[in-house]
Amino acid sequence: MTTQPKTITLTGAQLAVRLLERQGVRIVSGIPGGAILPFYDALSQSQAIRHVLARHEQGAGFIAQGMTRATGVPAVCLASSGPGATNLLTAIADAKLDSIPIVAITGQVPQSMIGTDAFQEVDTYGLTIPITKHNFMVSSAHELLEVIPRAFRLALSGRPGPVLVDIPKDVQVQSIELPADESAWPAPGVADPLPEVPAEPLAIAAEMINGAQRPLLYLGGGVVHSGASLLATALAEKASLPTVMTLMALGAMPVDHPLSLSMLGMHAARCTNLALEECDLLIAVGARFDDRATGKLSQFCPQAKIIHVDIDPSELDKLKAAHVGLHGDVGQVLKGLLPLVKPVIREEWLGRVAQLKRDFPLVMPKVEDSRSHYGLVKAVADALDDSAAIATDVGQHQMWVAQAYPLRRPRQWLTSGGLGTMGFGVPAALGAALAEPERTVVCFTGDGSLLMNIQEFATLAEEEANVKVVLMNNASLGLVYQQQTLFYGERTFASKYKGIPDFMALAKAFGLDAVDLDEAADDAGARAMLGEALNRRGPCLIHVSIDVAEKVFPMVPPGAANKEMIG
Amino acid sequence: MNASTQSERQALACTVVELDVNNHAGVMSHVVGLFSRRAYNVEGIVVLPQGDGATSRIWLQVNEDARLEQMIKQVEKLEDVLAVRRHGNQHPVFERLEEFTRA
Ligand SMILES: Cc1ncc(C[n+]2csc(CCOP(=O)(O)OP(=O)(O)O)c2C)c(N)n1
Ligand SMILES: [Mg+2]
Repeated sequence: MTTQPKTITLTGAQLAVRLLERQGVRIVSGIPGGAILPFYDALSQSQAIRHVLARHEQGAGFIAQGMTRATGVPAVCLASSGPGATNLLTAIADAKLDSIPIVAITGQVPQSMIGTDAFQEVDTYGLTIPITKHNFMVSSAHELLEVIPRAFRLALSGRPGPVLVDIPKDVQVQSIELPADESAWPAPGVADPLPEVPAEPLAIAAEMINGAQRPLLYLGGGVVHSGASLLATALAEKASLPTVMTLMALGAMPVDHPLSLSMLGMHAARCTNLALEECDLLIAVGARFDDRATGKLSQFCPQAKIIHVDIDPSELDKLKAAHVGLHGDVGQVLKGLLPLVKPVIREEWLGRVAQLKRDFPLVMPKVEDSRSHYGLVKAVADALDDSAAIATDVGQHQMWVAQAYPLRRPRQWLTSGGLGTMGFGVPAALGAALAEPERTVVCFTGDGSLLMNIQEFATLAEEEANVKVVLMNNASLGLVYQQQTLFYGERTFASKYKGIPDFMALAKAFGLDAVDLDEAADDAGARAMLGEALNRRGPCLIHVSIDVAEKVFPMVPPGAANKEMIG
Repeated sequence: MNASTQSERQALACTVVELDVNNHAGVMSHVVGLFSRRAYNVEGIVVLPQGDGATSRIWLQVNEDARLEQMIKQVEKLEDVLAVRRHGNQHPVFERLEEFTRA
């Protein structure tokens, strides 16, 4: 008697959940609704996956992003059809622009009703084409077997990015027979092998570095994604390369490393942009010449030849023609370059950069006052060690943190760079805290940004996540107010709030701890309060009033060349 | 527009890009979306399934402009695009098709 091959019967929903389990997913965030209820029903039976119930799907998307940004491991967010899916869009677009590999799973109306304007039907597939790396509309339960692993593979491979899987309800309830032996199923998705590093341009690049008089290393988010921070620092050290970082790369090299010039571009220290003016070779690594970094592109690094390393071939020559374009994984390329570059001490150039640093440092007014804009950022850093993760929202507060916080390790820094999404901070910080519960996660936020996803305070409290929300309250959309003050003849409009919520009461109403540094008697008192709040486990709002007249300086006016810094 | 013939339009430096793609409902959106979201007009388009229908071939007729190199790199990145070939401004697909569009 031959033994029949053993099979099991699973619904599409059960299969999808099983595939996520096999993929190693342990926490998902989302909000249920009609079209995704079969999936949620299957998820309720999972022993391996914990569901974190967000209060808005955008929150769920940013929670997933926070988990992914903190770890590099793709996280999953869930939403129902229609409004659930549209609420996710901002978080997906944000992930696209910062190359964050999340996987979004949405429910869809049954296939028989697609195209009928059914209740909560929206063209999720069509809507997400331009904001995902790839997307799928699943038309049978069997397809899930391929699609789910592929979604993870695509999210992770090459330049990472978000992938969306839209699953109609009938596919979720469809029963199919599968081999009981899961080793007969497609394997979980992993990143594709890295492309071969081309030898010839590598040798030319090394020669250019060896021959340069005033080379500069320009690190972008790709260095973090590739896990190449140590290699980048090693290259800088071996070849004596002063190093600038984009907003996305902060911490890839410790920002207080002797070779670091920290962030370049719109809100860089003067010395940083001035060094770029003088360099004769720019080595761009995993960076994309974003306008916030380069200023007026035609005048960016006017004297420099350019070596450009990127995993995405379409980034090479996209905005700035490179003398040598190196398509490859940043880590692989750096590994290849390291033995080819000569160890040198560029006394003259490093001396010049040191001079620029002395003459044109970042000026941080009132930094000794822990309740001022820069002072608060420094005081938070003083109370924590490098294990803390630092998230931000978007606005002046974000730039002050980017300028002043001593970020020293990759993935320490979670900020919305490309899309600049207000509301990013709280849910992203929550995601980071869920993924790495042993860390303290700080979210610097503004009074405008905080209100954009304040509902996630409920999730923070429910999860008892170790997130410290530091609110720099200027009762304004401060960055808008600053732009209107500087560039619109001081016609400040629609940027100051007349009604200001009682944030302390709000935090407490959600079940968070709350401390108001405004109430401390003096600076020492404020620091003591701050230190205690940061080091007591659990979610907490730390409120500080900030003067709306404070500016983020220096500033390159939008559209101007980087050397035209004001302030 | 109706006064200009196919060959006159080709004088404006058209180029033909030929793609092999997976044949499913979303693939056309993926391809043309890359162009439309950059306000890059696709002048002509022909699609036909290949063999058993698992893949299709798309011919795009587009104006040669400075963005074309970048466009092609973006097209090559699409997951459902299997191959990209570039032709010059003349391609029989569009030449023969022209008789259908003559008024
Ligand atoms: C969702 C969204 N809407 C609008 C903007 C434009 N914007 C950029 S910064 C800013 C003000 C942010 O205010 P707040 O969070 O209080 O930060 P502050 O600048 O005051 O520190 C606005 C409206 C944005 N970045 N994101
Ligand atoms: Mg504000």
